[in-house]
Amino acid sequence: MKRPNQLFRNLSAKIAAIPMIVTGLFVFVGGTVWTVVYSFTKSGLLPRLKWVGLDQYERLWSTKRWLVSIENLAIYGISMLVLVFVIGFILATLIDQKVRFENAFRTIILYPFALSFVVTGLVWQWILNPEFGIQSIVRDLGWKSFTFDPLYTPEIAIYGVLIAGLWQGSGLVMVLMLAGLRGIDQDIWKAARVDGIPAWKTYLFIVIPMMRPVFITTLVLVVSGIVKLYDLIVAQTGGGPGIATEVPAKYVYDMMFAASNLGQGFAASTMMLVTVALIVIPWAMLEFGGKKNG
Amino acid sequence: MADTAVSTNVSSTASLRDGPRGPKPRRTFSRRNILLYGTLFVIAVYYAIPLYVMIVTSLKGMPEVRMGNIFSPPLEITFAPWVKAWSQACTGLTCKGLSIGFWNSVRITVPSVIISTIIASVNGYALANWRFKGANVFFTILIFGSFIPYQVLLYPVVILLREIGLYGKLAGLVIVHTIFGMPILTLLFRNYFSSLPEELFKAARVDGAGFWGIFLRVMLPMSIPIFAVAIILQVTGIWNDFLFGVVYTGPESYPMTVALNNIVNSTQGVVEYNVNMAATIITGLVPLTIYFVSGKLFVRGIAAGAVKG
Repeated sequence: MKRPNQLFRNLSAKIAAIPMIVTGLFVFVGGTVWTVVYSFTKSGLLPRLKWVGLDQYERLWSTKRWLVSIENLAIYGISMLVLVFVIGFILATLIDQKVRFENAFRTIILYPFALSFVVTGLVWQWILNPEFGIQSIVRDLGWKSFTFDPLYTPEIAIYGVLIAGLWQGSGLVMVLMLAGLRGIDQDIWKAARVDGIPAWKTYLFIVIPMMRPVFITTLVLVVSGIVKLYDLIVAQTGGGPGIATEVPAKYVYDMMFAASNLGQGFAASTMMLVTVALIVIPWAMLEFGGKKNG
Repeated sequence: MADTAVSTNVSSTASLRDGPRGPKPRRTFSRRNILLYGTLFVIAVYYAIPLYVMIVTSLKGMPEVRMGNIFSPPLEITFAPWVKAWSQACTGLTCKGLSIGFWNSVRITVPSVIISTIIASVNGYALANWRFKGANVFFTILIFGSFIPYQVLLYPVVILLREIGLYGKLAGLVIVHTIFGMPILTLLFRNYFSSLPEELFKAARVDGAGFWGIFLRVMLPMSIPIFAVAIILQVTGIWNDFLFGVVYTGPESYPMTVALNNIVNSTQGVVEYNVNMAATIITGLVPLTIYFVSGKLFVRGIAAGAVKG
């Protein structure tokens, strides 16, 4: 018996998968390798294969703007992660109480997610404007010394961005959590009630552990959103005041396309890649390591 | 039952001690409800305020903006800021307003959405129903690829587009959106097709349908909702994109988000907050409309895509 050629078995499916294979291998893997390789070169305006070893990285880590960027991303990232989950989950539980007008509430809380970061950043720039926004309104009400001026105060400027980011992103977490809560068997609730377990304990020790898959997907979505943080900064603060709200993604862009310093851009983006890898790889090993064909 | 019978027989004091039976009737204005709806109402107001502020500011004249506070409704409604934002606002270089950016965004979004959805749906179908050797490896690469920060791939893609002569052109940006939309869309479609009953697929095979036959005649008619979801996801995603727009297109072909940012953040002359807010809301109008019209589908989409993933 002659076996059919392996390559031509299932040919249509393979043809259908060509864009995926090209994108995966050529763009994602190839592009990443390319950037990492060129981060060890002295590329300026154009990429050049002139090796300089770790020089770009040394320069990167001795640049104040980069250090500030990393610190900002850490502050924003951790605060965002914690708050978006807490807020999203609480909102989901509130809406899950069989409330009337559920759709209206959900629609209002989720609509910011449909807006771009540029729009989000500009609106909050306006609301947080000290001359016209919240600060001036509270002062007009009589509290003359009231100060709420995050976007013009370097120490807290990143929290001004956080406010906007939370407003935009918490609706998504709420919807995902709500879907997770709805996926929980109602009998669990009945059983918990029969056993006299208070609701908050049921949430904390029974429902949340059961929602693990939802939490993980949400986590992945939120984290990849945080690392991308760029448009919001550009629109809301432009990195300012001074360099108070710079982030790594903006450093990379500015180095590559404004400062004609490709090498720095490559080194900085490689560091971003390493950061993501440090989070994603352990998670993936934990998640998919044990079982085959996940 | 027996319990009820007993309690009706004994004296009234005993029945008082037993307390009322059956589910507690819910009052509309119980403390719990007031607290619950009160909280939700405050939250909803908080989320709605920026939209309100945008609209209100965009309908005021500049003198009124300077005088009043941002929450006060306009005393005199004027649409002049909208007109100016659309056709005359300055982006630093030219003063042609947002309209050019709007049409650029349309020209970018429409082909990007169509191409990326078609490719991802066929691909997801192949992954779900026609698994071939190595398919999962490539799929895993694709999914992990979606975690790579865009900044790592920005320049390699610049080179790629330059090689094929599309750098700085709209067509190049369409390719970029197709590439970077592929992981999430493929995942969405793969999960959806996997969730369809396998018997359906098998029956079609027994009847002699091939790869494309099953896709077009069996799978497509059943997957209108997921296509709607994918299209909604892509339209909003691509319309809202800023980074790719600013990197891969030139000033004449900037999408709307980039044009908006240039209008608002270009610091020349007097800042016209009302025009800025009009421009902002105009830019947000397309995704907002899609969101409010498709509401439930939008929600169902992101939920379904995530929960099964």
